Amino acid sequence: MPKRNDIHKILLIGSGPIVIGQGCEFDYSGVQACKALKSDGFELVLVNSNPATVMTDPELADRTYIEPLRVDILHEIIRRERPDAILPTLGGQTALNLAMELDEKGILARYNVELIGADAEAIRRAEDRQLFKDAMRGIGLDLPRSGSAHSLSEAEAVARSIGSWPLIIRPGFTLGGTGGGIAHDHDEFVTIVKRGLDASLNSEVLIEESLLGWKEFEMEVMRDAVGNSVIVCSIENVDAMGVHTGDSVTIAPIQTLSDRDYQEMRDDSLRVLEAIGVKTGGSNVQWAVHPETGRRIIIEMNPRVSRSSALASKATGFPIAKIAAKLAVGYTLPELRNDITGTTPSCFEPSLDYIVTKVPRFTFEKFPKADSTLGTQMKSVGEAMGIGGNLKQSLQKALRSLETGRFGFGADGKDAPYENADDETLRAELIRPNAERLFYVRAALRRGWSVETLYDLTKIDRFFLRHFAELAAFEDEISSAGTLAGLEADLPLFRQAKELGYSDVQIAYLLHSTEEEVSAARKRVGLVPAFAAVDTCAGEFEAITPYYYSRYADHAEPARPSGKPVIMVLGGGPNRIGQGIEFDYCCCHAAYSLRANGYEVVMVNSNPETVSTDYDTSDKLYFEPLTLEDVMHIYERENCSGVIVQFGGQTPLNLARKLQKAGATVIGTSPQDIDLAEDRDFFRDLANRIGIRQPESGIAHTVEEAMAIANQIGYPLLVRPSFVLGGRGMVIVYHEEDLLGFVQEAIAVANGKPILIDRFLENAVELDVDCISDGKQTVIGAILEHVEPAGIHSGDSASITPPLTLSPEILDRVRGYARAFAKELHVCGLMNMQLAVKDGELYMIEVNPRASRTVPFVGKAIGRSLAAMAALCMVGRSLEELGFTEEVVLPYRAVKEAVFPFIKFPGVDIVLSPEMKSTGEVMSLDNDYGIAYLKSQIAAGNRLPQKGNVFLSVKDADKPAIVPFAKQLVELGFELYATLGTSTLLWNNGIRSHAVYRISRGRPNVLDLIRDRNIQWVINTVESGAVAMTDEMSMRSQAIAAGIPVTTTVSGVSAALRGLNELMRFGNLEVCSLQEYHRHVQTPSGC
Amino acid sequence: MNTPWKKMRERRAYIALADGTVFRGYSFGAAADTVGEVVFNTGMTGYQEILTDPSYAGQFVTLTASEIGNYGCCPDDVESRKLFMHGLIIQNLNEPSSHRATESLQAYLQRNGVAGIAGVDTRALTLHLRTHGNQKAWLHVEDTDLPVEEAVKRANDWCGLDGQDYVSSVTTHKPYTFCGTGDLNVVVCDFGVKTNILRSLAAQGMRVTVVPAKTTADEILALKPDGVLLSNGPADPSAVVYAQETIRQLLGRVPLMGICLGHQLLGISCGAVCSRLKFGHHGCNHPVKDLRTGKVEITSQNHNFALTSLPDCLEMTHLNLNDNTVEGVRHREHPAFSVQYHPEAAPGPHDSAPLFREFRDLIMHH
Repeated sequence: MPKRNDIHKILLIGSGPIVIGQGCEFDYSGVQACKALKSDGFELVLVNSNPATVMTDPELADRTYIEPLRVDILHEIIRRERPDAILPTLGGQTALNLAMELDEKGILARYNVELIGADAEAIRRAEDRQLFKDAMRGIGLDLPRSGSAHSLSEAEAVARSIGSWPLIIRPGFTLGGTGGGIAHDHDEFVTIVKRGLDASLNSEVLIEESLLGWKEFEMEVMRDAVGNSVIVCSIENVDAMGVHTGDSVTIAPIQTLSDRDYQEMRDDSLRVLEAIGVKTGGSNVQWAVHPETGRRIIIEMNPRVSRSSALASKATGFPIAKIAAKLAVGYTLPELRNDITGTTPSCFEPSLDYIVTKVPRFTFEKFPKADSTLGTQMKSVGEAMGIGGNLKQSLQKALRSLETGRFGFGADGKDAPYENADDETLRAELIRPNAERLFYVRAALRRGWSVETLYDLTKIDRFFLRHFAELAAFEDEISSAGTLAGLEADLPLFRQAKELGYSDVQIAYLLHSTEEEVSAARKRVGLVPAFAAVDTCAGEFEAITPYYYSRYADHAEPARPSGKPVIMVLGGGPNRIGQGIEFDYCCCHAAYSLRANGYEVVMVNSNPETVSTDYDTSDKLYFEPLTLEDVMHIYERENCSGVIVQFGGQTPLNLARKLQKAGATVIGTSPQDIDLAEDRDFFRDLANRIGIRQPESGIAHTVEEAMAIANQIGYPLLVRPSFVLGGRGMVIVYHEEDLLGFVQEAIAVANGKPILIDRFLENAVELDVDCISDGKQTVIGAILEHVEPAGIHSGDSASITPPLTLSPEILDRVRGYARAFAKELHVCGLMNMQLAVKDGELYMIEVNPRASRTVPFVGKAIGRSLAAMAALCMVGRSLEELGFTEEVVLPYRAVKEAVFPFIKFPGVDIVLSPEMKSTGEVMSLDNDYGIAYLKSQIAAGNRLPQKGNVFLSVKDADKPAIVPFAKQLVELGFELYATLGTSTLLWNNGIRSHAVYRISRGRPNVLDLIRDRNIQWVINTVESGAVAMTDEMSMRSQAIAAGIPVTTTVSGVSAALRGLNELMRFGNLEVCSLQEYHRHVQTPSGC
Repeated sequence: MNTPWKKMRERRAYIALADGTVFRGYSFGAAADTVGEVVFNTGMTGYQEILTDPSYAGQFVTLTASEIGNYGCCPDDVESRKLFMHGLIIQNLNEPSSHRATESLQAYLQRNGVAGIAGVDTRALTLHLRTHGNQKAWLHVEDTDLPVEEAVKRANDWCGLDGQDYVSSVTTHKPYTFCGTGDLNVVVCDFGVKTNILRSLAAQGMRVTVVPAKTTADEILALKPDGVLLSNGPADPSAVVYAQETIRQLLGRVPLMGICLGHQLLGISCGAVCSRLKFGHHGCNHPVKDLRTGKVEITSQNHNFALTSLPDCLEMTHLNLNDNTVEGVRHREHPAFSVQYHPEAAPGPHDSAPLFREFRDLIMHH
């Protein structure tokens, strides 16, 4: 069946900001879908609030709405655009939920819009727990055994009928789900059931079989409208049931199922799609299998493209999102070609002759108070994938791709914390699923613990444990060579070590040598990796798409030089807080622009969620770890003429000097100049020469030095360890006693490096400047003014461009400084500056001659891609040639707001600080600043109310400033609640408010109000960085958990009120596409 | 854990192709050198079914999947009475981890006297076969030093599979009943039948009698069958002349269904041309389109030969979408059809299982 010709205009819904559980995999799927649908001639309307995505590039759709993903906004867009169909299956859970809301509100019916891919019925059946269970029972699938009971004897009967431990007990009808638990034996069972019956309002407990410790599997299914179905990829979790699959180490393809088991799972997976009613596209089906009996239970299915689909696409070379989009518009699988072979159809099941390992990336170091135990709620922020010729190589590659400083499965000199753990701790850390469990497994194996013991503790399948055990044992084989010379003399052993994935760093550690020496020895004996193609068919057909991974083997895929100059672009590795999708956007733009200008682009990255690791983003894709060893092999093989390091964030920057030393040509701003910008002495001299102030500062190596400097500069102070990214370990201190504590902690984090102490510019306005230079000329991309005052990490602050409160004179001085710094640092490419304005005086905070987090936002705001132009500058184009010689003047306002993961980390304080905590961002545009800000809050999920009750509690310094805003709130019709102090202040200023107790002083207090949903908005300002009071922290945390917006700065309140006032004036929020905004941009140079 | 690291890295075992190319590894199965034809199979599961599939008689099977042996071996996954394959070529050998396993792959091969070589760059071997076609080869796994030239010579000296009748060595020696109950009586001509074909027929309510390959048409008809299934089997159909004759006599007198070699034999009996493919189809992921319904099935495949030209009396019913080869035919006048792929799967997807139902329908409506 060819494409449908009864639909012409399609609305594609994106997934919004990056949050835990919904990452940049939906940018990858959105981009594939956009390209696929546009190439088929459909008119494409896209909505997504996330500016850091490639999918929101104006070229990818006919109309791109960077608007909040809320049903009323979608309604506006539908009213305006009148699409024939909505494709909701490529934007994660967000898009699926919105589609359901549109359906339930009758908006789809009213505008006669069809849901394609999956209809509302199918989505409902997959999402609603009961409907899902019924559907699965209907096709004879096994579900966890369960039953309910109203007495202990009934409960014991249920337990007997289930017949296995442990059991999950949930009381029926309780407040907040208290009183339940997991019983591992009869005694525990009796205790918990009694407690549960007491807690339950109707004296009922639900008892369910626990699947903890069962094996977990996933199948990625594709299906077309006529019922052709294929399994694109099968995935096996290394971590047993109980750990969210997003937090599990996973392996593709499935390893421990016999053909019979595998095919039965396959049959049932296909039947699940049929029963749910998925018409077309990709779905993922999750299974649990009992390790001893083989009993198989359906866990869940997602009738949409998912995180696993992105992994499956990268693991197999099968572009799930692209094919899903094509199937949604009527094509069938046999009609679509397999891009990789170019000759065979997409209606087939990829065969893998390699192993793929995915390892999740966590950032618990950012949230020290969060529980790092892994469970059913996802906590990882990113992932890395390793492709290897065997499981061990694949695992070691994935581990060294994590950017956690590890170079494989241990044996890299960083095992002390695990090896030094006593037996008891080790045992506990093996039982408790946690981010570092694999390293504890290694430590236990090195200690001689058996695979059986480890199986009992971890429930990790023995198959995987044996591989880990073999790796742990092989360390002794390497060590047995004695010295590097010994290993060099034993080529078979050397080769075997490389086959098993040992990096040069690990070998160097085991043989007391250095990475450089190992690398040199390896090359002397001719041991270099053989690259193989990810070809979808295990070698059966020739692959025309160059997508490679390295292995050590006999056969190497020949390099295919195109004759064009080759530029390597290094990606950013796994997403983490401080390094996310923004950098992938920059890498993609570099690839697009260089390819369009006659260069061949070689992309290297290890993050399966990204657009950069799509095989059609670059000319050649290498899915490899971003380490010196791995990157240099590719550089040499592809005979690159240069490598771009400034787009992939900190990961490639950390490699820059080493790459240069190894003979690679780094193009753009030199690594030396990039490093110089970090050198405090050099930078101070430079700032002096240019004539801009810096906050007074000092460097301390000890607590005593720190105290001395503090007394000299005066409080408040900004304290941080040197050489860190994302503001890690950075705090503001107001008092000497606080300084002492923080300095001690910072010394620990800094790992021997000194501590930097700056005067903190309290209540200063912070600015971000993104500019571009071709080495001669520097042009400002945009100047961003932060909404929050200085002291909050720039990645966590809302920003606005053009700036709101700054005078033209100040802005001109900022521009002048930008040009001066770019010139002095010999910038060729991008540069970001951060400045602060206090009492009319400008202070330079930092300059980074590389891509910044705000580059995509600026690109979307001004309608020119800075990253694309910067890449061309690096290969010698001038800004003159690129037609970008003057700053773009915007007739509208663009606001960027950060999005935080607090809801996933209960108990963690949400107050913003110099340490970055956000996972993603949203953008909004409007002619009016207030509306733009309000929209950004909606988009970020801070659902500011238009009426209701507001709780106010502000720090003393903010008390005068808050009064006019409190007055405005009352004028807008809000009721105010405040603690005694604030309440008195308000009364004294003639503002009515209800007084409530402080939490520890009596009731009703604010927690009661929050619990009873009596508060719609919490305004609570505190000294940033100061030790938070437990009371207030728990209030903020509870408010977030209850979905109540919390505003923690006066400037945030001011901006929000401006928006609310405008909203009251205009009635409702309007929408407008990016393309329309850009039409109004004045581009003086006429490009 | 006693991983034979040293043995693994010494790579003393090797497989020498007739064209002189050598792939090295270490021995893990029976330690006896053998000659055979090398093919590759791209299925990711089902090594035990492959090992016990008589169609691989005389062959070395290269498994492209990376980790092998993971779920061990068990009696339930056996597809014939013994192992006819000459050797298994793999990358990485594993001890089993499965509640179903009763034995490791290594022990299974050793107990059944089949050679195995691990540590081989199977991707390199596969790409070589893809480019140069399937080849005769010598597998050296004995603990002796055999010069490569000698091994290559032995590979070349071997007659190979073309023109050879391997059916007579794998077929049952005497007739037997597989399933004694059912409303239809089906005779299976055993050219190297896989047990799952018999199970699939039985599941359709058929009484199944298996007869040796050389059973004549008269002998078969004397069993008063409602239908006859022509089974899969090894090597070259052109060498199985006696079966071609039997089929010619059966055609039109009893409904026929053919699978793999049985399909080729039916075709040849009707006048089709059967030729060798460069490297055949061996795996579990080939898309086959049913030309009557347009529906595509993912199929299990294992063959080196294919029907390349059809006589007027045969209608093509199934097409391989990867390389457009013939995957199924139906006789225009007589009740007979056959498929090149394996509807019984084992290993592979079950998409084509309804074909046995079609056989039943053909019998019923005949």
